[in-house]
Amino acid sequence: MWVQKTIAKCWRTAGFTRFLSSQSKVPQNPTWRIEPETEAQDSHVTPELIDHLERLALVDFRNQEGVQRLQSAVNFANQLHHVNTDGIEPLDSVLEDRALYIRGDEVTSGNCSEILLQKAKSVVEDYFVAPPGNIPLPQKENEYLSTKGEDI
Amino acid sequence: MLGMSLREAAAALRCGQLNPIELYQKCLSLIKETRFLNAYINVAEDVALRQATEAEKRFRQGKPLGELDGIPVAVKDNFSTANIETTCASQMLKGYIPPYNATVVQKLLDQGAVLMGKTNLDEFGMGSGSTDSIFGPVKNPWSYSKQYREKNSGSRTIADDDSDWVIAGGSSGGSAVAVSSGTCFVALGSDTGGSTRNPASHCGVVGLKPTYGLVSRHGLIPLVNSMDVPGILARCVDDVATVLGVLAGHDPLDSTTIQDPFQTFTLPDDIDVTNLCVGIPKEYHAPGLSTETLSLWSRTADLLEDAGAKVVEVSLPHTRYSIVCYHVLCTAEVASNMARFDGLEYGHRANVEDSTEAMYSATRREGFNDVVRGRILSGNFFLLKQNYEKYFLKAQKVRRLIADDFVKVFKSGVDVLLTPTTLGDAAPYEDFIQEDNRTRSAQEDVFTQCANMAGVPAITVPAGLSSRGLPLGLQFIGQAFREQQLLSVAKWFEKQMNFCPLDFYKHLENRDICQRKSNIASLL
Repeated sequence: MWVQKTIAKCWRTAGFTRFLSSQSKVPQNPTWRIEPETEAQDSHVTPELIDHLERLALVDFRNQEGVQRLQSAVNFANQLHHVNTDGIEPLDSVLEDRALYIRGDEVTSGNCSEILLQKAKSVVEDYFVAPPGNIPLPQKENEYLSTKGEDI
Repeated sequence: MLGMSLREAAAALRCGQLNPIELYQKCLSLIKETRFLNAYINVAEDVALRQATEAEKRFRQGKPLGELDGIPVAVKDNFSTANIETTCASQMLKGYIPPYNATVVQKLLDQGAVLMGKTNLDEFGMGSGSTDSIFGPVKNPWSYSKQYREKNSGSRTIADDDSDWVIAGGSSGGSAVAVSSGTCFVALGSDTGGSTRNPASHCGVVGLKPTYGLVSRHGLIPLVNSMDVPGILARCVDDVATVLGVLAGHDPLDSTTIQDPFQTFTLPDDIDVTNLCVGIPKEYHAPGLSTETLSLWSRTADLLEDAGAKVVEVSLPHTRYSIVCYHVLCTAEVASNMARFDGLEYGHRANVEDSTEAMYSATRREGFNDVVRGRILSGNFFLLKQNYEKYFLKAQKVRRLIADDFVKVFKSGVDVLLTPTTLGDAAPYEDFIQEDNRTRSAQEDVFTQCANMAGVPAITVPAGLSSRGLPLGLQFIGQAFREQQLLSVAKWFEKQMNFCPLDFYKHLENRDICQRKSNIASLL
């Protein structure tokens, strides 16, 4: 019974206080604005860069839209440069202050090569089979590379 | 009335009002009736029946395993499941059958849970709508709810041709829909930038992202190793606490799980918030926040204050840069993670034999969608020798500032933070796909990814309905490894809001849905 009364009392007091401060603790207007994405001079996506990235990533842009998508992703990322990070160390892991679990150096599993090899499309005996190696990807004639030298 | 909670079902199983096979059959037929929602990629009908039969035996012998015994659950299709196809909703892994169970899946099964199937997602979890899956988009069941239909019946927005459905949110959209539509009691999602909380909020269910390091990720196909955590979706906070108790704890197979033993807990029914200090981070009033969400957020802050909690405005000054920072770190880690898919050991392999590089390239071209390819290319750009310091290291430094913001606020005496989960309610699919995936993710994840950057736990709780009759959620963010406190506040809030769950609209082709639901309810 008295609990109910206390709650009712708290309710009134808090309500009254808020009435005096006349505002909820939640800000009623946005506290920041979205900045327009700008293209920094040195982060321009060039045809050479596109070719380089496709070889590294082993995926292609497919079309002009893919190239624009990268440019806009880079422009978006450029907002980071508004933050002052002088003297700040990079954060690799949020568990950096804890010791990582290291298990004992004992064999605890194995003998599963047969099961694992079953998942591959092409095997010979106990080996995965790959086509001939050390052959660079051929130069492509891509639509989005045909304007080589010009701005994209 | 929509199905029971896990706790109620477990109680009904224990007192014999319900048996596991019956429960399995109810869920299975509901899955079939709600096929059009596209929540499941793969329904493990036979395996689940076997599991339910085993559970039934245990109940008959009076020796159930635990609270999850005989309870139907669903798992996002980026968790490895032994002998059940695991696709990540990608061509790359179509047909891939993992040789082992993810630790969290194994833990559910060890408790006797019945795995109904694998749920739909954005390809490799990259998205915030569950619209980018090779199996097609997931539909939000609230599009077919009484609440949505009735509120919009006068307007032209409700079309007869079913083109007006709203997105489920993502990337764990299938899991959120599975829980929300009543086809299972609990579902596993994953949460890298909000992928559990976002769809939970849009589908009107509870979604928890635990502290980084609390729950094992072994067998979760990685997206961003420094942020990924398994998420829990359920109909109420108590159920989330139960499942967390089962899943949490050190796993020798995941060196990033902490070694401190986890104390399982149950939440009291009477929760006292008078000694609680709730922070309102002012930066979470971001541009684009809907007026409805704002007013719900304000009212909740008042409610807490009226109940005697101390509510204070706080500042997390680097919040606005968090989504940018997330974008760089996410794509960089994605670029590195996706390197494993080359066609040699598992998954899709293109029919190109000219050279290894040509085979890799063709495999990845055929296997990944535009979104995944785009993130791999962006990530490789940020990791280029000439960009590494400028973008990647810079983002890691900003990440420390963001994480430090949280540390400072919690050190100042704040126990939990109260924020919106999303900017507004779920968008109609046709509107959502007008913008590209990156833009959408930047909007949708704006309030959620900060918790992943800092590694702290966060939970979304359904808070009410928008004027369109769609669910709105609010988020509580807690201190690292203080899940008990976070969930207590969440439960208190849940009780105050008394959110009315989904009620399917009757005049659908699947009209017996409502009938079926009341049958389940009447079993109690």
